[in-house]
Amino acid sequence: MFFPVIRRLGEMLFVMFGISVVVFLIFFATPGADPAARIAGRNATPQVLAQVRHSFGFDQPLPVQYVKVMEKLFVSRDLTSFVNRGEKVIPAVVEAAPVTLSLVLGAAVIWVVFGIWVGVTAAATRGTIIDRALMFAGLVGISMPVFWVGSVANLLTQSRWHNTWLFHWVPGLGYTPLTQHPLLWFKGLVIPWITLAILYIGLYGRVLRANLVEAYQEDFIRTARAKGLSEARIMFRHALRTSLITFVSMFGLDFGALVGGGALLTEVVFNLPGVGRLTYLALQSLDLPFIMATVMYSSFFVVVANALVDIAYAWLDPRVRDAR
Amino acid sequence: MSDSAVDGQAPASVPQKAEGPWAAGLRKLRQDRTAMGAVIVLLIIIVACCAAPLYAQHVSQTNPFQSNLDGTITLGGQDVDIMQADSAGLGLGVTPIGPTWHGQYFLGADNQGRDVAARMLYGGQNSLVISFFATIVTLVLAALVGTVAGFIGGWTDTVLARLLDVLWAFPIYLLAISLSIVLISKGLQIGPFNIPSNSLLLPILIIGIVYVPYVARPIRGQVMSLTRSDFVLAARCLGVPAPRVLFRDILPNVTTTLIVFAPLMMALNMLTESALSFLSIGVQPPFASWGTIIQDGEDLLYTQPMVAIAPGLAIIITVLALNFLGDGVRDAFDPRAKLRVKKG
Repeated sequence: MFFPVIRRLGEMLFVMFGISVVVFLIFFATPGADPAARIAGRNATPQVLAQVRHSFGFDQPLPVQYVKVMEKLFVSRDLTSFVNRGEKVIPAVVEAAPVTLSLVLGAAVIWVVFGIWVGVTAAATRGTIIDRALMFAGLVGISMPVFWVGSVANLLTQSRWHNTWLFHWVPGLGYTPLTQHPLLWFKGLVIPWITLAILYIGLYGRVLRANLVEAYQEDFIRTARAKGLSEARIMFRHALRTSLITFVSMFGLDFGALVGGGALLTEVVFNLPGVGRLTYLALQSLDLPFIMATVMYSSFFVVVANALVDIAYAWLDPRVRDAR
Repeated sequence: MSDSAVDGQAPASVPQKAEGPWAAGLRKLRQDRTAMGAVIVLLIIIVACCAAPLYAQHVSQTNPFQSNLDGTITLGGQDVDIMQADSAGLGLGVTPIGPTWHGQYFLGADNQGRDVAARMLYGGQNSLVISFFATIVTLVLAALVGTVAGFIGGWTDTVLARLLDVLWAFPIYLLAISLSIVLISKGLQIGPFNIPSNSLLLPILIIGIVYVPYVARPIRGQVMSLTRSDFVLAARCLGVPAPRVLFRDILPNVTTTLIVFAPLMMALNMLTESALSFLSIGVQPPFASWGTIIQDGEDLLYTQPMVAIAPGLAIIITVLALNFLGDGVRDAFDPRAKLRVKKG
């Protein structure tokens, strides 16, 4: 158990280093324009340009520049935005993180519950019209752009049906911290949660159904039937448990990816001031230092989350543990 | 169904060469009614988008790339402003005309007074072109990287596999955003080639590159297991040179995998393109795509929602058709494949 964990952590560090190099090269070594001009933003004065060139070490070789940038990002953490003068980038990201976590956690609860429901129902009724309808609905869910779903949800809940009994409880767009007003926090996030969860309900429902149908062809299911177990017990105690392995490892990856930037579009549409919306605002003003920081921190989060999932997985599943 | 099966077998009674894997796959695909339905839907969408100039000239009779704030159209014998004065509030703002459900301004106008229906057809061209060519970029690069890594092995493989690991761990949207913002702010200049920042080549390259690891990793695995398989060993023992083994024994197997990936990747690319365009880092003005039109419609969401709804429906129908086609292609060419393309 000990050696594989060390090895996985080593891999994690390697990937983090690799990502930092890729990000650095994208932002500082893309051919076409002076990197100082990119960093300093659209209307930079010559003085600012000179200052950027000096503080990022653009007159020095690439490895030196790399070290300087990493130092600004992770050691001194004093990277500043050039569009909003003086705004410190890293504290802003830290402040926005709880919003993103609230959004993704709630959506995750919804998609796990409904994903399992869709998968189990479709597998139990496989071949019937219910199965086909659920799988079609799942495919539609996968095929919809999430920002479009969010816009349509806003249209209905904020405007067209807002004054009916159905949606009169939906507060205006925005975010209320949980600590300030728990009920308003919940009410304001219900529609974003559902919007974000739709894609994953479709995806997880379809994958789970495929795994369940496969599991039903295994010998241990025939044994369970031969023992005279009820259909419900076969489904939940025997078939579902093995089928959830894929589900769980997918969940780890997707959860990490969503917190690390995947929820950006949902945050933008619902005006939730999370890390994704920060990135979006920086995109609109071409604020490159800001984008670089959010990209770097978010992707590190994803990499660490994936490593933890793998370690937890190895701890839970002896086959994986011993295979390494 | 039984009739068609009999028809399909009728020519087989003539003693001929056995049906190859390609012919068998295509025959299965043709018998898949869902997949054929998806092909028909896709063809209709492609033809409609290709007809955009005709539509703009003869039906909408406006230039969908030019703002038309002072224009009027004749509806039911009356002249109607395209940008109508607001009745609510101070009456200072203007609201574009809504769907007329007639030739001109069928789906209404956007903030610039441009015909949304005509823009959607033009935008569809770009959405389709970008997602198609991005798919080609992904598949070609992935095949190249995956095959080189899997076939040569050794240090080459270690380096390429590690590079793929890094890119794979990088969240797709963050990678795409980083590439887009850098390229779109100033364009790309490599030696004598200068790609301007509003070129469609940029979104094609960006979307194509970010998905390479998702295809290259399975291809590498497949090539590695093929390289170690008995029939390749037999060929090598017979003294067949390595390039011939690569082209005759390994690449044909890889091609099937690529074909199975193609429609699913194109569906994914279309969603990615629309997301990047929605974030204003995809297709740049004056060009349009379904994603940029949805973004144009955001400001009009509560007054003229059709501007945002219609292109979204176009995306959903196209992506759905591609996904159905993808399922059909997978069943026809590779029934055992368990591909999971990560949806972002």
